[in-house]
Amino acid sequence: MKVDIKNENGTAVATLSGELDHHNAKQLRAELDRFIVTAQPRELAIDFGGITFMDSSGIGLIMGRSKLMKECGGKLEVLNPQPYIRRVMKLAGIERIVKIR
Amino acid sequence: MEILNEIRFKMPSLSVNEAAARAVVSSFLIQADPTVEELSDIRTAVSEAVTNAVVHGYRHRKGDIELTVRLLPDREVYIRIKDKGCGIEDVKQAMEPLFTTAPEEERSGLGFSVMQSFTDKLTVRSAPEKGTTVTMRKRLSQHGG
Repeated sequence: MKVDIKNENGTAVATLSGELDHHNAKQLRAELDRFIVTAQPRELAIDFGGITFMDSSGIGLIMGRSKLMKECGGKLEVLNPQPYIRRVMKLAGIERIVKIR
Repeated sequence: MEILNEIRFKMPSLSVNEAAARAVVSSFLIQADPTVEELSDIRTAVSEAVTNAVVHGYRHRKGDIELTVRLLPDREVYIRIKDKGCGIEDVKQAMEPLFTTAPEEERSGLGFSVMQSFTDKLTVRSAPEKGTTVTMRKRLSQHGG
């Protein structure tokens, strides 16, 4: 599991790669939260293009970051989920909470 | 139950073994030539069940998780995930979408919903202080002759 965060003028993109499960989510959650709280971006997009596996742990991760972004006055987006990851997101109804592009 | 092939795998309830369980299931099922989507569904369902055992079953103490995968006639896959953890007081409630007892771990409460949607049949047997056994069945499509 790897995360690469780029931040330009308050618009940030966090590019993930690897498998997102309960084990990996813990570390990822800590890294993203540290970034959100210190950099306070207006927009954060999490790019799932490089994620090869995701279970419902990813849903918890998205919901938690969306909440934190809102609390900090910003918003979260999800980018490029592969079809089978999109199915997990759809099952959770995550598109009602965050925009998926 | 006629069993064409079977694998049994025991692991301690460490979260790092969630990935190991998925890898074992994938390697075993290659012989049945599942589609990418079928394999992805099964991997996801297995990951949910093993994570439940790690996060909930063995919340207060470590223990073993046993994973059994069987190939049955007519391309049916049987998967059993068994723990001897704390068990579930109310299985019906636990299976309700969004119900979770671990919000502090950001568990979304969707584990059983995912297992249900991504397999054909899900059975959960549990008793407090005895443990939980999850069984799932999924029939693979006939493809490519």
